[in-house]
Amino acid sequence: MSEPIKTDVVIIGAGPIGLFAVFELGLLDIKAHLVDILDKIGGQCAELYPEKPIYDIPGIPKVSAQGLVDNLMEQIRPFNPVFHLNEMVETVERLGDAQFRVTTGAGTVFDCKAVVVAAGGGSFQPKRPPIPGIEAYEAKSVHYAVRQMEAFRGKRLLIVGGGDSALDWTLNLAPVASHLTLLHRRQEFRAAPDSVNKMMALVGEGKIDLVLGQVTALEGADGQVSAAIVKRTDGSVFNIACDAILPFFGLTMKLGPVANWGLTLEGDLIPVDTAAFETNVPGIFAIGDINTYPGKLKLILSGFHEAALMAQKAHRYVYPDKRLTFQYTTSSTSLQKKLGVN
Amino acid sequence: MPPASRSRSRFMVKITYTDSQGVSRTVDGEIGATVMETAIKNNIPEIEAECGGACACATCHVYVDEAWREKVGGPSPMEEDMLDFGYDVRPNSRLSCQIKITEELDGLSVSTPERQA
Repeated sequence: MSEPIKTDVVIIGAGPIGLFAVFELGLLDIKAHLVDILDKIGGQCAELYPEKPIYDIPGIPKVSAQGLVDNLMEQIRPFNPVFHLNEMVETVERLGDAQFRVTTGAGTVFDCKAVVVAAGGGSFQPKRPPIPGIEAYEAKSVHYAVRQMEAFRGKRLLIVGGGDSALDWTLNLAPVASHLTLLHRRQEFRAAPDSVNKMMALVGEGKIDLVLGQVTALEGADGQVSAAIVKRTDGSVFNIACDAILPFFGLTMKLGPVANWGLTLEGDLIPVDTAAFETNVPGIFAIGDINTYPGKLKLILSGFHEAALMAQKAHRYVYPDKRLTFQYTTSSTSLQKKLGVN
Repeated sequence: MPPASRSRSRFMVKITYTDSQGVSRTVDGEIGATVMETAIKNNIPEIEAECGGACACATCHVYVDEAWREKVGGPSPMEEDMLDFGYDVRPNSRLSCQIKITEELDGLSVSTPERQA
């Protein structure tokens, strides 16, 4: 366990609502660190629909989802938030009044005074491909992520997919594996054209095999796969012998460890009060798509409102002895100084 | 295969869904709605539509009957990208949330795979 990072608030999730929470907290001199499982900032907006226009952000007739994320990043820059990407919060422990210890799967530890769960639809995790019986091999020889390339040295690898992840790992692991087959449903790839060209060059040099088809079943024993049964587009069936399979079938959202923190849950949602969007645990808040309350709408604008009210209550935990004076950014010189605008 | 029945209404057409067990169900579909929406509205089994029609999952996957393939057309590039995640994708596969119902599709017949992704 590493030395705990001391901060005021840990925000779980760096989507649009987690980002705007930094702003509302920052106006009140509250410092925040954000943790997100993705390798990028922006949550569902950046991951699922970055190019799609959003028409219902108040005051902005039309903005792309990624454009909104970029604007929010500019808005919160004065507050210097710290991001911990590619990490998922595993445990949230209440050590006392306004004292929480938050740890991530990567071993990062935070000591903070309040926790804001802005986890949206849940943690983005690799999607399990629709291959019957695949679960039996997941512990041992089917992998959805590559932690150490060396683990695949000398192995016969089957990589399944047509996007950037599948192509990137094909290029990275071709020199490591004893044999590598890339399997994709069709001739067209979603991956960057440059990666596709590099992959086709390896095929031309005989360094990897490219097969067009879909896996219909797996063969193996005790979690160790021995072959994938593949159906080609013409309907013919054949086997690909392999020691390990890396399927890249995109991401899906799962509630994950949120379920283990002693929070009351309603299905996959966290009920909160509407005065401050606090959960059943004082000092732990839930804002954005992850929460529920009478009348809740899963809209970005709702999450923004929730972040503003959450910050007012969070201030009481971070600065129990300070009185909070309500101020407007239009007229308060001290707020404007914090924003660096005059 | 029962003959496709034609609807008399200007706004409604007949859509037939055949499940993986071979059971066929014919329902009224509203022109302008999608084949997925019509299925969900009528409790047609084997269509899940996890993303609600945003072309962001692959769980409303159907096979378009050969006789209807030309009229229905093929998937868009965005749809093809999502079909990469589908189960047992075939040349006549479509995501039913992307098939808009028109008068031309009166009598459309689709079938569903034994599972969705």
